[in-house]
Amino acid sequence: MITAIVGITFVVSYFIPHFPFNRMDAWFADWFSIIQACAIVLGALNLLKLSAQKVIGQKKDWGYSAVIILSFLLITVIGFAEGADYRDPGTSFDWLYVNMFIPLSATMFSILAFFVASASYRAFRARNFEATLLLVAAFFVMIGRVPVGDVITGFMPVGYRFSDLANWIMDFPQTAGQRAIMIGIGLGVVSTSLRVILGIERAHIGSGE
Amino acid sequence: MTAPADTLATVDSSAILHTPAPPTNVAAEDTPNDGGGAITVTWSPSPDDHEGGKVKGYKIIRAEYDDGKPGEFKEVGDVPAGKTEYSNEDGNTTDGILYLYMVTAFNRMYDEAGSLLEYSSDSEQSDPVTSSAQWFNMTRINVLAGVVLLSFFIIYFIQQAKAGKDLYIRRIAGMEAVDEAVGRATEMGKKIFYITGLGDMDNMQTIASMTILGRVAELAAEYETYLDVPVCRSLVMVTGREVVKEAYSKVGRPDSFKPDQVHYLTDDQFGYAAAVDGMFVREEPATIFYMGQFFAESLILAETGNSIGAIQIAGTAMPAQLPFFVAACDYTLIGEELFAASSYLSKEPKLLGSLKGQDVGKGIILVALIIGVVLESFGIWQLSNLFMVK
Repeated sequence: MITAIVGITFVVSYFIPHFPFNRMDAWFADWFSIIQACAIVLGALNLLKLSAQKVIGQKKDWGYSAVIILSFLLITVIGFAEGADYRDPGTSFDWLYVNMFIPLSATMFSILAFFVASASYRAFRARNFEATLLLVAAFFVMIGRVPVGDVITGFMPVGYRFSDLANWIMDFPQTAGQRAIMIGIGLGVVSTSLRVILGIERAHIGSGE
Repeated sequence: MTAPADTLATVDSSAILHTPAPPTNVAAEDTPNDGGGAITVTWSPSPDDHEGGKVKGYKIIRAEYDDGKPGEFKEVGDVPAGKTEYSNEDGNTTDGILYLYMVTAFNRMYDEAGSLLEYSSDSEQSDPVTSSAQWFNMTRINVLAGVVLLSFFIIYFIQQAKAGKDLYIRRIAGMEAVDEAVGRATEMGKKIFYITGLGDMDNMQTIASMTILGRVAELAAEYETYLDVPVCRSLVMVTGREVVKEAYSKVGRPDSFKPDQVHYLTDDQFGYAAAVDGMFVREEPATIFYMGQFFAESLILAETGNSIGAIQIAGTAMPAQLPFFVAACDYTLIGEELFAASSYLSKEPKLLGSLKGQDVGKGIILVALIIGVVLESFGIWQLSNLFMVK
């Protein structure tokens, strides 16, 4: 019932610009943030509990859990100790953020380059017609995106070079495919929303029947 | 005309030359289809508003109008030359109060001494106007019609399904493989990982993911295979626990459920990716599901899963991540299939009926697209305009 009322209210508020409907989005976003902030305590406690259990029980790979607990406590204590300005440049929290958190995140992100290479290697093998099409399209897009592509086709008139072909592939076949997916997603979202609002779909609230 | 007092004497002779003609037909009206607090001003451009002309822009001047008398005029905004409309979309008018508007065409230049000179001419005043809120946004009537039509078909087919009518739903390979994937983990005596992505519970993809999680948890409970659900949002953890608990109860194994099966890691994108990757490598699960909203971490996770030889089924409505999942996973639910998956898995007539309604909606859009393309090719654009959303 609550889901239905809130869902219908949101649908209606999209079409009614009058107060209070035009404020619904902001109000619900505020409430969601408040609930989210409260729920983070549950998440953090769960993480600490599971890690502590591993450390105390000396379970396999308990060292990682010890690092989690120590890191968690360190950043939390420093954050609270430095008060409201904990994110200001020059604070210990900021030092940890800039010199530990950002490099660690950047390291994970940079691994993506290697994964793209290995995934591309598998994806671009010409196993069948579709895969061959993908391989050919990918070749032209990649070569059209680098300066050497236009150097190779420099003798061709503008509009017929590799960069133009790459742009054409991206602007037409690629955009058409992506839009088809987006239309499907839009309909899927409406359909799922309707199922949730009508109470047909209740698995997400722990009640399949 | 306005110019710095100390320069007036020297520039007076050139003032007539540089002052633009004022705009005409200034009209102000309540901005339609809004929540109030906004007025739209329109005008006919100054005759000097053209390429190389004297007009550099227009200033919008406003005064409150009380007891039949205008108050002090103050500048409330400006627009560049060529524009003939201004709307205070930041909502800085008060509903119910009358306002008068004037539009000033201005020209700016530097004199020989480097001083900035401005020449301007004011339009006539507009009629008094007030802003107000509307109860329906007429620009969205096409969306309303679309929602009503789609809802009608969905509800119609749900009713048909309830009445026992057999509905054909095309096969979704990724969903057909769920049983096989869970069975494989059981045979190998290894874990199943279910990754819900970065979305929170306000995201429709996460809600769809939760419904699929319920079906996967039922199978895992039935086969007595450990299901591990590391999440990166606390609310998803709370919801996921309820879903998994319910699934275990449904198949008569409530005692097998452990709340810590669904556990929180971190809200940080790459921290989460690192933690999950570590778990994959250390625990070598037989099966991994990725269902929900994914960003750059999608390939980091899926390639790691691929490297340990796990059977992987992914589903997301993030078009940019789909190629990565297609490349690295055994099966991928593309876009709408993610939202259809829970209905497909449950085989409940009511849910399948909604899928059928969704397909009819897709058919209507397809027909409209084909007709629209043909009409646009002949320069007839009215049909395309019907689908425009402001």
